[in-house]
Amino acid sequence: MLIKSTEIIDTFAEAFGMWGSRVIVTGETPKWAMAAARSMTGFATSVIGCKCEAGIEGLLTEDETLDGRPGVSILLFAGSAKGLANRLVERVGQCVMTCPTTACFNGLDVEETVNVGGKLRYFGDGYQSSKLLGDQRLWRIPVMEGEFFVDESFGIQKAVGGGNFLVLGEDLKITLVAVEAAVEAMQMQGVILPFPDGVVRSGSKPGSKYKALPASTNDAYCPSLRGRALHTELPEEVTCVLEIVIDGLDESVVKEAMRVGIMAAAREGIRQITAGNYGGNLGQYHLQLHELLRG
Amino acid sequence: MKLLLHTLPSVPLETEVICPDKFIGNSLDAIGAMTVMHGNQACILTDFFTLTDDGLDTIKVEGDLSKVKLIGSEMTQGKIIINGSVGAHLGALMTGGEILVTGNAEDWVGREMSGGRIVIKGNAGHLVGSGVRGSDTGIQGGEIIIHGNAKNEVGNGMRRGLIVIGGNSGDFTGVNMKAGTIMVLGQLGQRPGASMVRGTIFSTQAAQLLPTFTYNTTYKPTFLKRYLIYLKKLGFTIDDAYLNGKYQSWSGDSLEMNKGEILLFSE
Repeated sequence: MLIKSTEIIDTFAEAFGMWGSRVIVTGETPKWAMAAARSMTGFATSVIGCKCEAGIEGLLTEDETLDGRPGVSILLFAGSAKGLANRLVERVGQCVMTCPTTACFNGLDVEETVNVGGKLRYFGDGYQSSKLLGDQRLWRIPVMEGEFFVDESFGIQKAVGGGNFLVLGEDLKITLVAVEAAVEAMQMQGVILPFPDGVVRSGSKPGSKYKALPASTNDAYCPSLRGRALHTELPEEVTCVLEIVIDGLDESVVKEAMRVGIMAAAREGIRQITAGNYGGNLGQYHLQLHELLRG
Repeated sequence: MKLLLHTLPSVPLETEVICPDKFIGNSLDAIGAMTVMHGNQACILTDFFTLTDDGLDTIKVEGDLSKVKLIGSEMTQGKIIINGSVGAHLGALMTGGEILVTGNAEDWVGREMSGGRIVIKGNAGHLVGSGVRGSDTGIQGGEIIIHGNAKNEVGNGMRRGLIVIGGNSGDFTGVNMKAGTIMVLGQLGQRPGASMVRGTIFSTQAAQLLPTFTYNTTYKPTFLKRYLIYLKKLGFTIDDAYLNGKYQSWSGDSLEMNKGEILLFSE
């Protein structure tokens, strides 16, 4: 399949079942809401090394948040419900509660919930108080600047992590332009791109010659190893490969993000777009590139 | 179901039977034959009301109901609409559903309720959301929304839930309060929060507090903005100054646990 002059390889991205949550952070100003959001989504690129994957889903206006203040919507994913609950408590506690003026609300209206504010409340040392508004229990935790207002429970749901595609370009400049265009096109509700500004250069393969490592560099796509690696997937003209990884609240939104991303990245100078998989034996989701591009 | 009052009761009429839970599964005749107490005399519903089955689940009650007590008592589901004013003990002990009154309500609105919502478009009498005399516990959940004024002892012994007074409240608002939230968009009467243990009393106006309350600070409580936005959605007009303003925070009652708070609009 060709899009413009870019060949789309007939392969699939192998994605995994994860657990996802949506966290709404608000602040007195957009700056402070974003400060907390950046902190909360920092060091959250891959579950392999960070125990979770997180990113900013979008910005929210005063009219879109529960407390009428500017906000940021964050998606956070982990491999298990328990792991996700732990990460939420850690990150809301360390990154949001600590940030001036912020409040933190659940953004997923689903059946399954985990306790977050109900655990953080103990920081209040007995001075905390709860409020019940409708069905929503919230905690007020006194802090030096005022109080931290946080939902007791946060919704979690089964999600999809590890959707991906690789952009194989003729040089660094054109490949960067292509992935930046893709990332911009992929800003949509329900997905995040957990790597720095949505792009990863250190794509990995499972396993390593070193026993302690669960993953290691994807040598088949490293241009500098074209002559050394046991196997290469790179056409001769390709000198740079960048990958975009997608986590989403369901399979359809991940596929849609991949579709618009691939469409945006395809251009002159991008030789191929392909996807990472492990032979189909590890992930529950096989996101076929040709199929999703045909719609 | 429509109920139209055709005979004005000369003494209070106790009508616990006017409740979705009691009507469900009964024929019009069976509902009409349900017992109501006119003072100490047992009567039936049709002695006072004309019943019409309009095929809807909502119960609509019309007429001068100011002497008709206990409508929606122990209600768990459904909706009652009262076109006009209603007597005492409306929605007593209710746990779910919704009651809407287009006029005024007498004393004891939502007495000891624990769920559901009561909306009064007019004024309410004394002891909104309170416990009966001798009981130390008032409303334990749910919402009572009064668009007008309320008289004394709003939320006496309140343990959970939300009471909103769109106008002024009388004396001893939140007396003996254990927890929950009382929001008065007008003026608080005398001695608000007397003997309160926990919970929040809020007012947009300055108030004279008991000496057993201690000033904490003046700040912008985030949670309050969340509540005020909620009230806007319920149909109240909330000035932007209240949404974005600062509030005096007072702790009390120090004769109790001193864990209650009164928030008064400052600037």
